[in-house]
Amino acid sequence: MSQPGYVATPPYSQAQPGMGGYPAGFGSGPAQPMYSHYGGPPQAFSVPPPAGAMKPPVSSPAPGMMPAPPASSHYSPNPQQNGAHTQRYPAPPAGPPAAYGQPPHSQYNNMASQAPPPAQQLTNQMGAMNMGSYAPRPMQSPPPPVGSVAPPPLQIPPGPAMGQPPMAPGPQSPQMSPQMAPPQMSPTGMVGMAGPPMAGMSRPFPGPPPPGAGGFQQPGPGPGGFQQPPGPGPGGFQQPPGPGPGGFQQPPGPGGFQQPGPGPGGFQQPPGPGPATPPGYPQQPGQFGGQMAGPQPGFPGGFPGAGAQMAGPPQKKLDPDSIPSTTQVIEDDQAKRGGQLYTTNLRGQVPPLVTTDYTVQDQGNASPRFMRCTTYSFPCTADLAKQCQVPLATIIKPFANVPKNETPLYVVNHGETGPIRCNRCKAYMCPYMQFIDGGRRYQCGFCNCVNEVPPSYLQHLDHMGRRVDLYERPELSLGSYEFTATMDYCKNKKPPNPPAYVFMIDVSYSNIKSGLVRLVCEELKEMLDNLPREEGAESSVVKVGFVTYNKILHFYNVKSTLAQPQMLVVSDTADMFVPLLDGFLVNYQDSKAVISNLLDQIPDMFAETNESETVFAPVIQAGVEALKAAECSGKLFIFHSSIPTAEAPGKLKNRDDKKLVNTDKEKTLFQPLKGVYEQLSKDCVAQGCCVDLFIFPSQYTDLATMGDVCSHTGGSVYQYSNFQMETDGEHFLRDLQKDVEKNIGFDAIMRVRTSTGFRATDFFGAIHMNNTTDVEMAAVDCDAAVTVEFKHDDTLSEEAGAIIQCALLYTSVGGHRRLRIHNLSLNCSSQLMELYKSCETDSLINFFAKSAYRAILNQPIKNVREVLVNQTAHMLACYRKNCASPSAASQLILPDAMKVFPVYMNSLMKTCPLVGSTELCTDERALQRLSVLGMGVEETQLLLYPRLVPLHTMEVESEAVPAPLRCSEERLAADGMFLLENGQSMFLWLGQGCSPDLVQDIFNLPSLAHMQENMTALPELDNPQSMKLRSIISSLLQKRPNSMKLRIVRQKDKAEMLFRQHLVEDKGLHGGASYMDFLCYVHREIRQLLT
Amino acid sequence: MATYQEFIQQNEDRDGVRFSWNLWPSSRLEATRLVVPVSCLFTPLKERPDLPPVQYEPVLCSRANCKAVLNPLCQVDFRAKIWVCNFCFQRNPFPPSYAGISDVNQPAELMPQFSTIEYIVQRGPPTPLVFLYVVDTCLEEEDLQALRESLQMSLSLLPPNALVGLITFGRMVQVHELSCEGIAKSYVFRGTKELTAKQIQEMLGLMKPAASSGQQGRPVAPQEAAATCKFLQPVHRVDMNLTDLLGELQRDPWPVPQGKRPLRSTGVALSVAVGLLEGAYPNTGARVMLFTGGPPTQGPGMVVGDELKTPIRSWHDITKDNARHLKKATKYYEALSNRSAVNGHCIDIYACALDQSGLLEMKCLSNLTGGHIVMGDSFTTSLFKQTFQRVFSKDYNGEFRMAFGATLEVKTSRELKVCGTIGPCVSLNAKGPCISENEMGVGGTSQWKICGLDSSTTLAMYFEVVNQHNAPIPQGGRGAVQFVTQYQHSSTQKRVRVSTIARNWADAQTQIQHIETSFDQEASAVLMARLGVFRAESEEGPDVLRWLDRQLIRLCQKFGQFNKDDPTSFKLSESLSLYPQFMFHLRRSPFLQVFNNSPDESSYYRHHFVREDLTQSLIMVQPILYSYSFYGPPEPVLLDSSSILPDKILLMDTFFQLVIFHGETIAQWRKAGYQEMPEYENFKQLLQAPLDDAQEILQTRFPMPRYIDTEHGGSQARFLLSKVNPSQTHNNLYAWGQESGAPILTDDVSLQVFMDHLKKLAVSSST
Repeated sequence: MSQPGYVATPPYSQAQPGMGGYPAGFGSGPAQPMYSHYGGPPQAFSVPPPAGAMKPPVSSPAPGMMPAPPASSHYSPNPQQNGAHTQRYPAPPAGPPAAYGQPPHSQYNNMASQAPPPAQQLTNQMGAMNMGSYAPRPMQSPPPPVGSVAPPPLQIPPGPAMGQPPMAPGPQSPQMSPQMAPPQMSPTGMVGMAGPPMAGMSRPFPGPPPPGAGGFQQPGPGPGGFQQPPGPGPGGFQQPPGPGPGGFQQPPGPGGFQQPGPGPGGFQQPPGPGPATPPGYPQQPGQFGGQMAGPQPGFPGGFPGAGAQMAGPPQKKLDPDSIPSTTQVIEDDQAKRGGQLYTTNLRGQVPPLVTTDYTVQDQGNASPRFMRCTTYSFPCTADLAKQCQVPLATIIKPFANVPKNETPLYVVNHGETGPIRCNRCKAYMCPYMQFIDGGRRYQCGFCNCVNEVPPSYLQHLDHMGRRVDLYERPELSLGSYEFTATMDYCKNKKPPNPPAYVFMIDVSYSNIKSGLVRLVCEELKEMLDNLPREEGAESSVVKVGFVTYNKILHFYNVKSTLAQPQMLVVSDTADMFVPLLDGFLVNYQDSKAVISNLLDQIPDMFAETNESETVFAPVIQAGVEALKAAECSGKLFIFHSSIPTAEAPGKLKNRDDKKLVNTDKEKTLFQPLKGVYEQLSKDCVAQGCCVDLFIFPSQYTDLATMGDVCSHTGGSVYQYSNFQMETDGEHFLRDLQKDVEKNIGFDAIMRVRTSTGFRATDFFGAIHMNNTTDVEMAAVDCDAAVTVEFKHDDTLSEEAGAIIQCALLYTSVGGHRRLRIHNLSLNCSSQLMELYKSCETDSLINFFAKSAYRAILNQPIKNVREVLVNQTAHMLACYRKNCASPSAASQLILPDAMKVFPVYMNSLMKTCPLVGSTELCTDERALQRLSVLGMGVEETQLLLYPRLVPLHTMEVESEAVPAPLRCSEERLAADGMFLLENGQSMFLWLGQGCSPDLVQDIFNLPSLAHMQENMTALPELDNPQSMKLRSIISSLLQKRPNSMKLRIVRQKDKAEMLFRQHLVEDKGLHGGASYMDFLCYVHREIRQLLT
Repeated sequence: MATYQEFIQQNEDRDGVRFSWNLWPSSRLEATRLVVPVSCLFTPLKERPDLPPVQYEPVLCSRANCKAVLNPLCQVDFRAKIWVCNFCFQRNPFPPSYAGISDVNQPAELMPQFSTIEYIVQRGPPTPLVFLYVVDTCLEEEDLQALRESLQMSLSLLPPNALVGLITFGRMVQVHELSCEGIAKSYVFRGTKELTAKQIQEMLGLMKPAASSGQQGRPVAPQEAAATCKFLQPVHRVDMNLTDLLGELQRDPWPVPQGKRPLRSTGVALSVAVGLLEGAYPNTGARVMLFTGGPPTQGPGMVVGDELKTPIRSWHDITKDNARHLKKATKYYEALSNRSAVNGHCIDIYACALDQSGLLEMKCLSNLTGGHIVMGDSFTTSLFKQTFQRVFSKDYNGEFRMAFGATLEVKTSRELKVCGTIGPCVSLNAKGPCISENEMGVGGTSQWKICGLDSSTTLAMYFEVVNQHNAPIPQGGRGAVQFVTQYQHSSTQKRVRVSTIARNWADAQTQIQHIETSFDQEASAVLMARLGVFRAESEEGPDVLRWLDRQLIRLCQKFGQFNKDDPTSFKLSESLSLYPQFMFHLRRSPFLQVFNNSPDESSYYRHHFVREDLTQSLIMVQPILYSYSFYGPPEPVLLDSSSILPDKILLMDTFFQLVIFHGETIAQWRKAGYQEMPEYENFKQLLQAPLDDAQEILQTRFPMPRYIDTEHGGSQARFLLSKVNPSQTHNNLYAWGQESGAPILTDDVSLQVFMDHLKKLAVSSST
C-alpha cells in the first residue's frame, strides 16, 4: 500500500519514512536531527558520515531500484555504537562488522515467496556485539568514532540512506559490505521487485519477499547487483543456494537469523565476504528474507543509510531492519490471511494473528476470538514440555464480541433435564463425544467414560457412525454454543433476578471542584438509556441504583411513585448496611423522571461541601449489601477521588516509598493490603458483584489496594490523574460509556476441562479462586480474558490430541442463567518442531506478561526479569538445538512463529511494573499490573507493541489506514506526523518540520508554534485531511476496549517523553534495552545454553 | 377546722398533699406501731387556678445544706429584717429587695394561704420544647394510615415554636432531616447495632469537627447545636415539609417472610432518639414519643425473636425464668431511661397492637422519665386517637398541661426524715441531712428528677420519725415538710413551686384516739398500695399479698375494738372502716394479680397506678359502679355481684375501662327495639343516661379508657364480672338464693369471707 502511494506521490515519499524507507533515505537528513535530540548526544548522528562514504555505493543502487537503502538507518545506531564503544561490541569493530549480516539462510527462497520464512537469522554479530556491549547503551553513545564520518552521511542526503551509514565505520564496513551489501541491496531490489517499493517491503515474503528476505544480504540483486547470490531467483538475493527446495531453509533455519558466523568472531559472513557470502548468504537471505526483508523495507524509509551501509561497503553493525519486524509480521499475516474465512474444522490449526482481519466459521472448535493457545501442538510428554519450556496455555475470552458477520452463539435448551454431561468428568455434550452402540451410548472425549444416551436424546447413527442430527444440534457440531441452565445451576435453586448497576459517586471536595460530579450526573441520564440488554429484548431489565458518598454514604430512593427522590444517609461506615430495599434498585425506564430529578440535584446538593475525606471499603460493602438484599448480581461503578483516609474500615495510608524500588521489598508496593479488602473481594464474588473503579487522583492513592477488589471481581480500574474537565472529560465519558454499555455476564463460574494427560493448573485474570478448579468471576465482560496454564499429568497421544472444554456458567444481562461452552482441540506431537511451528507469539507474550505481573507480587523484580530472559533464551535455544538445521553457533536462529517474540519480551520487560525506576509513579505501575492481568491477547499485543501510524503520507481518498511502522525513534521523521496508540493511550506526534499545510488542515493553525500545550482534541475541520485523521482516530477508539486520551505532542515538547516511552524498540526511558541489544543479549544467552 | 374530712380536703386543694396521718406520732417506735407509715401523696403541679405565680426568685435559707425557701411557717423579725428558717433554725437576713417588709406589708410567701406558691424565675435563655416522634413503620397499612393522620394532626396542636423531629424505624432506623428543600434526607442506622451516644452524635454530624478529636464527647452547647441541628426544627417552619414527609411515610419495605415477625429496631431507634436529644438539647424539656405496633424483634432491647413460633414471654415464662431476652432488654432500656432522665427528657410509649409489644421491658422508659404509656389495640381506635390528642390538651390558661425536667426536693424538719418516694421519677442522689437510711421506694436522696409531669402526676412520699421512744418530740410542736419543685413550664419559663406543710405531733400513747381520727384511709390505702406495687415489681406476687395482709391485720389489731378471740366482737372506727375493703379489692386488682393479664398489661396498669392522683388511684383499686333504673336517679351501688340486676343498667369505671352493662331484661327490651317507640321515650332516656355519663368521663380521662358496651351474657361482660365482689358464686348460689343478682363463676373469695378471716386473725391472740 504504502508503496503505491509512495510512488504516486513523490513528495510524500520523502516524508514518509514508513514507505519503502526510501523516504527515509531522503528524509535521512531530518531523521538524524531527531536523533540528535533524542539521543541527546548529537554526535551519534555524526556517525553517519562514514555511512556516507558507504552510501555512495548504496545510494546509487538505491536510486536505481528505489530508495530502498533507507533501511540502514536502523543500523546506524548500532554501528555507531560499535564504533563508539568498541569495547561493547568488541566483535564488531573487529572487522567483520558487516557480519551481522543478515545473512539469513537462504533456505527460504522458495518458501519465501510463498510464506513467510520460517525463521530468521540474526547474525551472531549481534551476539557478539551485544555481549560486550549489551548492558551499556549501545546505540547512542557510539557516535564518536563515527562522528567524523557522521557528518557526511547527513549531507549525503541524496542517499539519505547513507545518513545512517554511520555504521559504516570504515573498518568493518569493508567486510560486511560485501555480504551485507548484497543483502541490503536486495532489499532494495525487493523493493524494486515489489514494483512499488513499499509493497515489496511490507508484504512479507510473498511476492517480493524473497527479495526482501534477502534483505540483508543479497540485496545485491536488484540494486547494485549485490546479490551475489544472484542465483536466488526470487529475491534474487536469497540464497537460492542452499535451500534448494524450500527455498529457504526454513526447515532448518526456521530460526531467523543465522548469521553465518563465518570468519570473524561473531560475525559471520563478514569474513569471507565475497566468497563466503554467496553461499552463506543465499540461505540467509532466504530466511531472513522473509522476515528481515519485511522489516527492512519498512525501514528503509527511515534509515536509508542502513541499506547503504550494508550494501555498500562495510558494515558491521546489525541493520535494524534486518532484525525481525513486528509490523512486517503483522502485515504479512494480514496479506496472507486477512479477509479470509477461517474455518475451525481442523484440530490444532493455527489461527491468524490477532491483528489480522478474518472471519471465523465455527466448525467444531471455538473461534480464536474466544480461545487462543500459546501453541496448537502440545508436546506429548511432560519431559518434552519441560525441555522446550514453552508454556502451554490458552487465553480464554469467553465473552468476546463476535463481529456482525459471524453467527452469534446458539442457545440450546434441553428443557428440564438440563445439558447432557458425562457422568464421570461432567464435561458437557460437545463434538468430541463419540457416539457408539448405534447411538445408544457415547464415549466422553475427555475421560473416555462410556455413558448412556438419555432416551430423549437418542438418535440414530449414519453409516459414518455420526448422529443423523449432527448438524441440527449446535452442541454436536460447533465449537461454541450455550445451554439454558436449569434451576440446579442457580443460586439457591431460584431463577436469578436481573442484574443491577449501582453508580457510586464520591462527592467530596475535589470531585465537586473538578466538575466531575456534575459531568457524571449529566451524562448518566443519557447513558442509562443504553444499558445492555438481552439479544432481541426491547429494553434493558438491568436495574440501577445511586449512591453518593464522602466519608458517609448517601443512598437514594428513586422509586417511580415518588415525586422527589429521597436521600438516606448512612454514617455507620464501620458496619455498612443498606438502608432501603424497595426503591434503591429500580428499572431506569420506570423511574426515569425521579432519577433525572436526582441527577439534577446531586451536584447542587453538595456544591458547598468542604468535606475532603473519603471512605472506600464501606462503599463497596454497601454495594454488595445492596445486591445481597435485592438478591441479584451486578456491577458497581465507583467514581472516586482520593486515598480513603476517613476513619472507617479499609482506611489507607500513604505507603508509597520510592526507597523500596529496586530492593527485595519492592514487591510490597504491588501487594494489596490484606484484611478488609480481601474479605470484600470474597463477598463481592460470592454475590456476583463486579466493581469498576474510576479514580481521579491528584496524588498517591494506593491503587494496589484500591484496585484489588476490582481485579478479583472481573472489574476494571480507570485512572484519570489530575482530572480536568476540558482535557479528560471526553476521554472519561467514552470509557464510562463503553463500560456501561458493554456486553457482560454476571455471577460466573468457569471450569476448564481437559482430556486425560494434562490439566489446567494455573489461572490468571481478574478472577477469584476458591479452590483449584473453579474460576469465579463476579462478572465477565467482552474484554475479560483468563489465561489458563496447562501441565502434563501423563503422556498425550498424537492420535487423540488434546482437547479443552471451557464451560462458563453465568447470568445474562436479561437475568437468565446460561452455560457457555467453548471447545478446542489441539494436536499433540512428540516432535518439538511441530510445537514451535504452531506457536503463537501473541498468546505467549500474553501468558508471560500475566505470569510475570503476578510473580512480582512475591519476588524481587530483578528475579522476575531474569526468569523472563532465561526462559526466552531457553525456548529459543531449545529450538536451535532440536529443530534448526545445524549452523554456526554465532547464528541466531529463531523459530518462524516466534521470530518477533524477543521484541515483545523486551517490551514487556520495559513496562513500568517491571522496570525498577524511582521516576515511575507507583500507582501507575500497580494499575498497569492489574489491568494486564485481565487482558486478552489483542490487548497485550497492542500494549507491548504499539501501533505507530505515519499520517503525513496517508492518502486521503483511500479508506485504508497507513501501514504502521516499527516503534522506533528512527522511524520518525521531523517533517512527519504520527499517530501512536497502544490501547491505553494515544499520541499524535508532530515533527518540527511538519508541513504548514498539514498543520493548517488538521489544526487550523498557521504553524505548530501556535499550538497550545496539552491539546487533547482535534478541531473539526471540513477538509479531507482532517476528516480522514479524525475518522482514523474515532475508528480506533471504537475498536479498543478502553477509550484512549489523545495527547498531541510536538517534537521536543516536554510531553514527548511520554510518547517516547512507547517506542518499544528503542532503549527504555527508564531503563531497559533496545530491541537490538536485547536480541544480542538473548543470543549470547542462547549460545551459552548451547554450549 | 371542722372535721378531718374537711381539713384533708382543704389541704389537698391548697397544697396537693394527702397525708396518711394528719397527726404525727412523736417517736419512731410509735410510728412503726401505726403500721401505715407517715407518708403522703403529693401532686407537685396540682392545678391551682387561684394561684397566680409570683415573678421573683424565692428567698433561700443561707445555710448551705438547707437552702429551704422562706415560707409562712418561718419566724420573721420585721424590724431586724431577719427570718428564721423553720427547718434548720438559721437566722437569715432578708435580701435588699425585701427592705420594705413589715407586719402589714408582707410578701406573699409569708401569708398562710400561700403555703403553696409558685415563682417564675429568669434563668438562662428560654429553651423551646422539643417533641421527637419515633415512629414504627412495621404496621399494617391501615394502622399506619391512622397513625400518619394522628401525627399530622398533632402538628397543629404543638406550640408553634416547639421543635419537632422525626425518627422512623423498622428494620432500620431513620432520622429525618427536616430543614432541607428538595430531596428528603434521612440518616439511617442499622437496627441491630448498639451505638454509644458519642457515635450517634458523630454519625448525625452533631459534633463539631474539633470536638471529635479534642475533648471527649461532650456535646456542643445547646444554642450552637440548635443552629446546626437539622433534625429538630420549629414546627411553624417545617410544618408543610413534615406533613408531606409523614404523608409519604411508607411501611417498612423489607420483606417479612412467612412465619416471621417484622424486624423492629425499637431499641436502636430509642437510643438514637435519646442520643440525638442528649447531643442537641441536654437539660431542655423534651418529649420523645414512641409509637410502636409490636415488640422489638432485633438488636439491643429485643424482646422476642422474629420467629413467630416462639411466642412472646408470658408470666408463666417469667416465673419459670424462661424469658430469654427479658433481663437483657430490661437492662438496656433502663440504661437508656437513666440517660434520658439525666438530661430531663421524657419518653412516651404509644403501643398499639393486639399482642404484647414489650411494655414490660420498656416500661422504665416512661416510668423513670415521667412519660406516658398508652396501650391500645390499634392506631385506628379512638382510644389511641383521642388519648394522643389529649396529650396536647391545654389548661384554663390556654397552656399545655405538661411540664418538663422537674426537680423535686424535699426538706423536713429535724424530727422527720424522708425514706423515699414512689412515682415517675429517678433519684438525683442528692445527699443531705434529712435522708433516712430506711429506704421505701426510691430513697437515699432528697431530690428526684421528674422529666415529664402534668397536673395530676402524683408521687407517694414516705417519711420516718427520727426521735427515739425515750426522747419523744415534745407536745405542741409541729413538724414541717417543704416540697420545692423546679420545672420548665410548657411556656418554656422556668418555675419553682414551693409547698410547705406542717402537722402537729401527738403522743401516740395518750392521744391514740386523735391519731386514729386523723387517719386518712383513702390516702393510706393508696400509699400502701403503691408500696405493694413497688414491691411487686421485684418480689413474687404471693409474698406481696402476704405482706399486705399482715399489714392489714396489724392495723386492725392496733385500731380495732374487739375481745380477744371473738371475731364477732370486732369493730373498726369510722375512720378506718373502708380500709379493709380497699385492701380486699387491691388484692384482686391487676396491680398485684398477674393472672389473666399479660406482662405488658400488668406493666401498663402499674405504670398508671404509681402516677395518678388519689381519686384516680382509688378508682383503680376499687372501681366505681353506678346503677341506672326506672326507680330513681342513678346511684352508686356496691361493687358486688348483687348489684347486677336484670332491670338495671350498670356503669362501671375502672379507670382503664368504662363498662356499660345492660341487665338481662333491659337487654331484651333494647333488643326488641322499645327505645325506638315513642311511647317508651323513658326507656330511651334510661338507655341514654349512662352513655352521657360515660361520655363525661371519657372526655376528661387520660388515657382514654377502653369503652365497653355490653349486656347480660355478653362476652365483654367479663370486665364487669371480674371486678365485682363475688358475693354470689356457683358455690353459694343457693345459700343466697332468694336474693337476686348474678352469680359469678369463680373460686375467688368474696369480701365477706375475706372480712371473716380478717376478723378471726385480728382477734386471734396467737399472732
